[in-house]
Amino acid sequence: MCLAVPGKVLQVWDSDGTRMANVDFGGVLKDVCLEFVPDIEIGDYAIVHVGFALQRLDEKSALETLALFEQMGEMEMEFGDPWARAAKESGLDPSEVTP
Amino acid sequence: MAEVLPSLDFEGWSCPVPLRDSPTVVMGHGGGGRMSAELVEHLFVPAFGNQADAGTSDCAVFELGGARLAFSTDTFVVRPLFFPGGSIGHLAVNGTVNDLAMSGAVPSHLSCGFILEEGTDLSLIGRIAQDMGAAAGAAGVAVVTGDTKVVDAGHGDQVYVNTAGVGLVPAGVDIRPQRAAVGDVVIVSGAIGVHGIAIMSVREGLEFGTQIRTDSAALHPLVAAMLAATLDLHVLRDPTRGGLATSLNEIASTAGVGVRLVEKAIPVPAEVGNACGLLGLDPMYVANEGKLVAFVSRADADAVLAAMRAHPLGAEAAIIGECVDEHAGMVVARTAFGGTRVVDTPLGEQLPRIC
Amino acid sequence: MKYLDEFNDPALAKRLIDDISATVTRPWAIMEVCGGQTHSIIRNGIDQLIPDEVEMIHGPGCPVCVTPLELIDKALAIAARPDVIFCSFGDMLRVPGSGRDLFRIKSEGGDIRVVYSPLDALKIARENPDREVVFFGIGFETTAPPNAMTVYQAARLGVPNFSMLVSHVRVPPAIEAIMQSPTCRVQAFLAAGHVCSVMGTAEYPPLVERFSVPIVVTGFEPLDILEGIRRTVHQLEDGTAFLDNAYQRAVPSQGNPAARQLLADVFEVTDRGWRGIGVIPDSGWRLSAKYRQFDAEHRFQVGDISTEESSVCRSGEVLQGFIKPHECSAFGTLCTPRNPLGATMVSSEGACAAYYLYRRLGGAPTPDGRQVVSSIG
Repeated sequence: MCLAVPGKVLQVWDSDGTRMANVDFGGVLKDVCLEFVPDIEIGDYAIVHVGFALQRLDEKSALETLALFEQMGEMEMEFGDPWARAAKESGLDPSEVTP
Repeated sequence: MAEVLPSLDFEGWSCPVPLRDSPTVVMGHGGGGRMSAELVEHLFVPAFGNQADAGTSDCAVFELGGARLAFSTDTFVVRPLFFPGGSIGHLAVNGTVNDLAMSGAVPSHLSCGFILEEGTDLSLIGRIAQDMGAAAGAAGVAVVTGDTKVVDAGHGDQVYVNTAGVGLVPAGVDIRPQRAAVGDVVIVSGAIGVHGIAIMSVREGLEFGTQIRTDSAALHPLVAAMLAATLDLHVLRDPTRGGLATSLNEIASTAGVGVRLVEKAIPVPAEVGNACGLLGLDPMYVANEGKLVAFVSRADADAVLAAMRAHPLGAEAAIIGECVDEHAGMVVARTAFGGTRVVDTPLGEQLPRIC
Repeated sequence: MKYLDEFNDPALAKRLIDDISATVTRPWAIMEVCGGQTHSIIRNGIDQLIPDEVEMIHGPGCPVCVTPLELIDKALAIAARPDVIFCSFGDMLRVPGSGRDLFRIKSEGGDIRVVYSPLDALKIARENPDREVVFFGIGFETTAPPNAMTVYQAARLGVPNFSMLVSHVRVPPAIEAIMQSPTCRVQAFLAAGHVCSVMGTAEYPPLVERFSVPIVVTGFEPLDILEGIRRTVHQLEDGTAFLDNAYQRAVPSQGNPAARQLLADVFEVTDRGWRGIGVIPDSGWRLSAKYRQFDAEHRFQVGDISTEESSVCRSGEVLQGFIKPHECSAFGTLCTPRNPLGATMVSSEGACAAYYLYRRLGGAPTPDGRQVVSSIG
């Protein structure tokens, strides 16, 4: 149902009236149908499932998500509640601990 | 329940259960996984007089006239016949040469048998024969005897090849799966999954473009280099059908040890990983033709690894795990994330998936 | 490789796991709907890395597991016909029907071919005009547009010897059925990312409202799964329930309108039986009247199918999270991956198959059913 992998669109052509592309999956090349992503362009990345591109991968979103992960540990250190954390670690209910 | 041939004694089989659920041959029986092993163990071995070790190694080693001989056979039914980097001809020679090499033998003489389908283009057979000759020359072995049979058109899928081979096992060498011991280090000679992906890339219904070429190669020169580092190699196996996972499970099961792997230490070429990702395959179950896995004592590990890396066939050799006294007979891998994953024997052929 | 490697970074995974551990204060049961997510969880050992309080219930998001027995039997009957080339995704080949599977049919002479894409089946049909070529069109909403497009092309290009045996299922009705069950234990859902790439996210807020369950659209790489779990745990701990999209790079909220437009043309909603669960109204798709001539069920009169599900198999209860696999009396005895009684033991991401592997690793199950894995590395 869900095995779909990212690939980069290399060439686009028309096959019997259907828009097709040669897509590069990290060195593995496969012909993919682009009918569901009419706006996709050469150089774009798409999510491909059973030979069909289902969505264009949004680079900006990807980078934002990764940036969020990167910040994760740091934010805890800067903004996390050290009292609550200490209470939790010693097995107490954080809500019962007053700083 | 299917017909039972009148001459067979159902009660005489050691364990009819695996056969009950499939009274006819199915593709899984040839997949190199659990079903293949059970067919050998429960149908063939009892018929041949229950040789204790039969079926646990790809190769038999025995005394003959004062010499220690290794003897092995393999049959090649690969489709397509020609694939990136090679053909059934290369596999037919290297496959048997490697089976012999995995017992430490120096392969010397091969036989070959052909089953040809009526109507097959002779130039195709010629190409295969040329490839066999080239592989034999490169491996330093001689094809000294053979046989050809022709079957009616419609039976036999163009060509099937069987090769058998012999070689002498040097004194002091005792390489067999039973010798895997707790504390042993597991080393793979290079990147896995290459051959299977090369084949899949030209299979109807799955074709894809790739630079991957089969890794089919004769491994006995690499084994010789390893033996120069230590005579005391415990286990060698070339992980063909069923991949690394199948070979490791067989060895773990035969020796009664657990095998613990570190997944990120297992070399997988990026393209192989990506092809597997596309088809939903696991590289650990994909066939290899020019790779081996070795179990050596902890004391010998560094020397053996160095000897492998100094040889062109082992340039990417890597330590990938060890034998432990937990989970005997099972292979467990530590994932890149620190989690644990059981690497089970596949039941039959690994198939692409969508889910 | 881009969009994969970055989302497989173990160092970032640790941060997500640490956040989950720091946030969780009591036990929660989260269901990941999609089989692909289950696969990723097991493959990467994620269920062992998250705190014990967070229990992942493996949902019915695997078309292999839920394709109705009757349809498997129809597939087997069609595949056994000498005039048919039967094409299928690899997943379906080992699924047991009433006593046989496609591998057995193949051994009896059936021409059965594994394909990567339904378009490959159409290609085979065009190359073999004298044979009937049937494609087994299973899957969730992710696979529906590819299957629909293939039928659409068959009509447009005029490929009369092609037909499709359709058994599509939809996620939202399944979530509804699970939540309506009195023995439901699920407190939150990870929605299937690629299903939402097609359908968008609009179907989920009504479910969130109705059942007060957090639903987080989640991807498939380890970091995506961990992030989905992390956001879900935060909602559960905060006592909130809303739809959250943790897979934005592949899921715009409107999904794929072009795909949905084609779905509306080629398919129509129908009641669908889910193996082990029963009929869920409006939970599936079948070919619309306009494309009925490509419907294999109509083309091949496969009547007289008497289906016989194993009376012992409880895969339906496992699929909905009511019982754990080891609570089934057949688990590990009558029913093993070698001799599966039901689809959850056949499928590599079926809950029963997964539990079986870990059971062999040893250790008694903890009260919540989690295996104690001997300490390794």
